[in-house]
Amino acid sequence: MTDLYESQRAMRNMRKAAMQRGVIALLDIGTSKIACLVLRFDSPGGTEGEGSLAGHAAARVIGAATTRSRGVRFGEIDAMAETERAIRTAVQAAQKMANTRVDHVIACFSGAQPRSYGIEGAIELQGDQVSESDVGRVLAACDMPPIGHGREVLHAQPVNFALDHRSGLSDPRGHAGARLAVDMHLLTVDDTAIQNLIYCIRRCDLELAGIASSAYVSGISSLVEDEQELGAACIDMGGGATGVSIFMKKHMIYGDAVRLGGDHVTRDIAAGLQVPMAVAERIKTFHGGVHATGMDDREMIELGGDSGDWEKDRRQISRAELIGIMRPRVEEILEDVRAILDAAEFEHLPSQQIVLTGGASQIPGLDGLAARILGQNVRLGRPMRVQGLPQAATGAGFSSVVGLALFAAHPQDEWWDFEIPAETMGGRSIRRAIRWFRDNW
Amino acid sequence: MRSLTRLPLFAAADHRGGVAAHVYQRARRPGTRDPAPSRLSFRLQRLWLTPAVRALTRIGVPVFIVVLGLGVWLGDQGRRADLIAQYQDLKDKIEHRPEFMVSLLKIDGAGPEVSRAIRTMLPAQLPASSFDLNLDAYRDTIRKLDAVADVTLVIRPGGVLEADVTQRVPAILWRKPQGIEMLDVTGHRVATLLTREARPGLPLMVGQGADKAVPEALRLIADAGPILPRLRGLERVGERRWDLVLDHDQRIMLPEADPQAALDRILALNTAEDLLARDFTVIDFRNKDRPTIRLSEHALDAFRQVQSDSLKVRASQ
Repeated sequence: MTDLYESQRAMRNMRKAAMQRGVIALLDIGTSKIACLVLRFDSPGGTEGEGSLAGHAAARVIGAATTRSRGVRFGEIDAMAETERAIRTAVQAAQKMANTRVDHVIACFSGAQPRSYGIEGAIELQGDQVSESDVGRVLAACDMPPIGHGREVLHAQPVNFALDHRSGLSDPRGHAGARLAVDMHLLTVDDTAIQNLIYCIRRCDLELAGIASSAYVSGISSLVEDEQELGAACIDMGGGATGVSIFMKKHMIYGDAVRLGGDHVTRDIAAGLQVPMAVAERIKTFHGGVHATGMDDREMIELGGDSGDWEKDRRQISRAELIGIMRPRVEEILEDVRAILDAAEFEHLPSQQIVLTGGASQIPGLDGLAARILGQNVRLGRPMRVQGLPQAATGAGFSSVVGLALFAAHPQDEWWDFEIPAETMGGRSIRRAIRWFRDNW
Repeated sequence: MRSLTRLPLFAAADHRGGVAAHVYQRARRPGTRDPAPSRLSFRLQRLWLTPAVRALTRIGVPVFIVVLGLGVWLGDQGRRADLIAQYQDLKDKIEHRPEFMVSLLKIDGAGPEVSRAIRTMLPAQLPASSFDLNLDAYRDTIRKLDAVADVTLVIRPGGVLEADVTQRVPAILWRKPQGIEMLDVTGHRVATLLTREARPGLPLMVGQGADKAVPEALRLIADAGPILPRLRGLERVGERRWDLVLDHDQRIMLPEADPQAALDRILALNTAEDLLARDFTVIDFRNKDRPTIRLSEHALDAFRQVQSDSLKVRASQ
């Protein structure tokens, strides 16, 4: 736990250093594409003490690049060297567009089996008012759930503060009270996935300045403010994994992922029609859908091929057949998402908006299908505008990387943003001794 | 990352009479290489995008090469001398173009002696380049001539150096033990005169330090209109006051302060009582409250005779 605190804190310091320098790269390591944005902060350091506790800054995008992902499966790095090359390609192109060198990277990924925990802690206040150290103490007082071996905490965000009988405080500092309690949302992922990511980014001569869950950041970018406030689920349908994040009162309160995505649909098409993956992807993109109509029986799609067998190369299928292949897989994904939402008790939220985003959400007719499976309030989401974002990167597939830009500019307070109190730190014996002296003399 | 190309359709419409179908096929390009940059090229590009490295290569390296090349090339003594000689040659060529040559010195407003002196003072032999003529220095040299009050030097097109000379006008003569000098109104020397008869129209003054009070002397002379025919000259006494020397060895001693008022008073007395026609040697006006007249010996005798006669007459009565 302390190791993690230290490493996350080191990443925070790196992020601060990057903000001082004014340039940071954002990397979305997805299964089908790797997107890289280069962000420039106009006011390094930002305006302190406004809004979030960690400060924020005005930022704009000065470089953007996308490349086909390699060596990534289910949103996790599978072949290190391949992924490293893909990251190099994307970062180099983005650097070239930005015409500057980038040293710090904030990365996000969707896989690694995220798991959500809600934890709580409470302390008696020492003074009359809540101070910053009290916030640190109450965060440290949370009981650590058994997250299991080989798991790592990715996000640990205080979601709600309660002071005596008052709950729902977003920033308790300065309030008067006696007993401070906190609800914290903990998102854990597989340890090895993070290690692999760190290794890949180190190999590219870059410094990792932060890691985020793709589900979380796409929720930041594609949910509008009232949806985040009143309760909504963001479903980020990527290539290899579908992330689910539930927001309430502008905080993520639940995050999970389904290990299914658009690549599985492509794979089904390739297997079902006996065509290469690239052709299957192309057919899916141009002719795909989930609702078959009478017109679709008449629209013929030439499959092509260069096997030399005339019969095989001249095959044609109707669009209805394509839809027949795609729909069961899309339904399966949505049903898994539904199971996650049920497990998270999504139906108890005041507003049950569901926002579909991510590259695979662009299948025509998906909102209708999702409305049947997930609930009535379904809309398709695109990332919100970030200054300087190129037109090519405004589609639904870029919601997580745009979310990273928002995450970098307006970081959420996390547990490691606060000083951990001295008594819980193992090695700080001198500070403990000083404290003992101060308390007893 | 090879592009997909759309092949021409072999069968536009199928046997079922459906819509024209599309064919997709990969473009063949044998031996395509990995599109990802190698570690080396990635690092090099990052290095190139580093601002310090960029500035160094874009400014530092060219400057270094140019400086090094120049240094090596100029390291040789002979080459350096050659370069300087070439430069001098070029400079001379330009300076000695006919447009810049001065061939004539034209002097206005100066007498023949002054003109000759100015000509001999010219620093260069004509014709000369106008770059070689230092007109300021030449002007200062000309101004050092006593006879020249001011001079303007202009080079006119056509290679004419025009010197417009303002000569000093002699206003008064100053007799010194060495000879007679002509002075202008400010007391500056104009020329030496061999004989007084050469300039009979100019007034004369003597005495040490007279040249420093020339304006005052000129004012006195201008004031002394009625007695001007009798005036022999002015004498500076003790470098502080003036004596008016008249003919018949008569003189008027004027005070140091405000001699003009004293002179006016004498002239008024002269008009009223015909003072200057009396037989005196000195009228002492140095103290204006107590003017004194020193009679000549003859007059004194006559005065005494008159007095004794009158006494006798009174005694005989």
